[in-house]
Amino acid sequence: MNRTAPRPAAPAVPAPAPPSGPLHRLAWAAADGWTVARRDVTHWLRQPWEPLFGLLFPVLMVLMFVYLLGGAMSVPGGGDYTEYLMPGMFAMVMVFGLGETVTAVAADSARGVTDRFRSMPMSASAVVVGRCLADMLRSAAALVVLIGFGSLVGWQWHGSAGAALAGFGLLLLLRFALVWIGVYVGLVMRGQGGIAVIQTLEFPIGFLSNAFVATATMPVWLGAVADWNPMSSTVAAVRGLFGNPAAAGDGWVAQNALLMAVVWPLLLVAVFAPLCVHRYRNLDG
Amino acid sequence: MAPAPARTAPAVSARGIGRRFKDRWALRGFDLEVGRGTVHGLLGPNGAGKSTAVRVLTTLLRPHEGTAEVAGYDVAAQGARVRHRIGLVGQNAAVDEVLSGRQNLELFGRLHHLGGRAAARRAAELLDRFGLSDTGKRPVGTYSGGMRRRLDLAAGMILDPPVVFLDEPTTGLDPRGRDEVWSAVRGLVGGGTSVLLTTQYLEEADRLADRISVVDTGHVIAEGTPAELKSRIGGDRIDVVLHDEHALAGAAALVEEATGHSVRTAPEERRISAEVDDRAASLTRAVRALDEGGVAVADVVLRGPSLDEVFLHLTGPRAGTGSPAAARVTGGTAAPEQQDTRQEARR
Repeated sequence: MNRTAPRPAAPAVPAPAPPSGPLHRLAWAAADGWTVARRDVTHWLRQPWEPLFGLLFPVLMVLMFVYLLGGAMSVPGGGDYTEYLMPGMFAMVMVFGLGETVTAVAADSARGVTDRFRSMPMSASAVVVGRCLADMLRSAAALVVLIGFGSLVGWQWHGSAGAALAGFGLLLLLRFALVWIGVYVGLVMRGQGGIAVIQTLEFPIGFLSNAFVATATMPVWLGAVADWNPMSSTVAAVRGLFGNPAAAGDGWVAQNALLMAVVWPLLLVAVFAPLCVHRYRNLDG
Repeated sequence: MAPAPARTAPAVSARGIGRRFKDRWALRGFDLEVGRGTVHGLLGPNGAGKSTAVRVLTTLLRPHEGTAEVAGYDVAAQGARVRHRIGLVGQNAAVDEVLSGRQNLELFGRLHHLGGRAAARRAAELLDRFGLSDTGKRPVGTYSGGMRRRLDLAAGMILDPPVVFLDEPTTGLDPRGRDEVWSAVRGLVGGGTSVLLTTQYLEEADRLADRISVVDTGHVIAEGTPAELKSRIGGDRIDVVLHDEHALAGAAALVEEATGHSVRTAPEERRISAEVDDRAASLTRAVRALDEGGVAVADVVLRGPSLDEVFLHLTGPRAGTGSPAAARVTGGTAAPEQQDTRQEARR
């Protein structure tokens, strides 16, 4: 039992002075956010299987849709189905990230890690900022893998490199908006409940869009719903930027995809970011 | 800017704290004072309001009524200053399961703005101090319960805070893990730290705390040193369990005579309980009397009062079974191995 008996207290650690001005505070917030995000990176390095399987899933989806279902698919207005599909798959990967966000946030809340963070003298925004950084990193990595795999199965972009970069930027913007939804759901529905909800909803949300088939092939009312799915705007805009077949509908929202691919995510962030901050400050209450 | 607190300010001072969830008050009229460098135990059953009190005092929850200062700063108005001076060790070990112990402590060190190098040095010191140096690179998920709690304690000590909150630090631990945590807590106090400890176990409060506040239905119903409280609730008890229910009445009379105290009998468990003043002597007298009386005894245990008995004494036997205290008492919140470890005598 001697081994476990603590020795006399070590000399007190000099507590760092609290931040003195707004700039200093901002520097602390950024450093804290990066520290929290690094925890996720360490997770990936220590347990690489989980993120690797996460990457494998969209690859399998592409194989399924290109080779299993692709033969039966035709793009209204003509064009190669693989070229039509890939922007949809990119957006789908962004939506799948939602489950990862909810899982991480809910697990920390349930285990008391969030409470410990909240009782520490760290920047209040760091938990959410760190979550955001880590999730964006992970989704960006997934995007890179899928871009590579898409090229292998015959997808390519036809526009300028600048337009292609803008397309990837729009995809990550969608993911950024989903981070805030995920954090909110994770904070509100602690534990397994939130995860189950999101994993059940991910597929209908992803499929009720223009990602896999043109909305014109759906019943009129359903096509309208799919057109107003924020994910559809991103997919349609990205197809345009990549020069891939778009088969866009006639409705206003489908015709203004590029505009809406920016407006939708900003709107979602504007709604959910304040909700997250409020919820984080008033957990339990 | 508020003036710096006096050096003699108590570690924790709470006056009339109220906190409700929806329309149910979890805390109401809660008063508490924890002296500097002391261990104060908050003793009570599940749902008494102990964790809510800790969450208010660690700035996680805002009180709806009353005021509280921790390390001299107001928890509602000066939350950031309070957070610089406290360590919280919550009910579940709030450490990262995937990271190693060292990585966990480095993470928390960086989040306390020590900087990478100082955080690494501090992590090494704390691992050493809490006997975790040889855990190496193992992920925390492989630790025993006691090791995890010690790491949790270490994570609460990054800045050597003057006030540490321990919310049921030994719940769910086996006796060995509990001993590990107890000796770690004693080490904190040796370093001059003030500790507020919540527990459901009278024995734990008795062993660790300088003073104890007994909490029930959201407020303190008794306060004092362990010796004061024990003199109010009676001392140790002897439990005699018989083989034969029919011998109960005769045996009860023998035990009553041997201990000089009236007994309580629980016929369905064939158990007789009585207070004892002089522990071993009473035990010997009772065992001899039963033996000479030809009573077949299944078990004899000398033990401290259980939490149930503490509450019976402090709140009185409440009428009816519908009252919360009565429901809890019959529900039995205290784990048997926690009550009976003082001393057992078996025949």
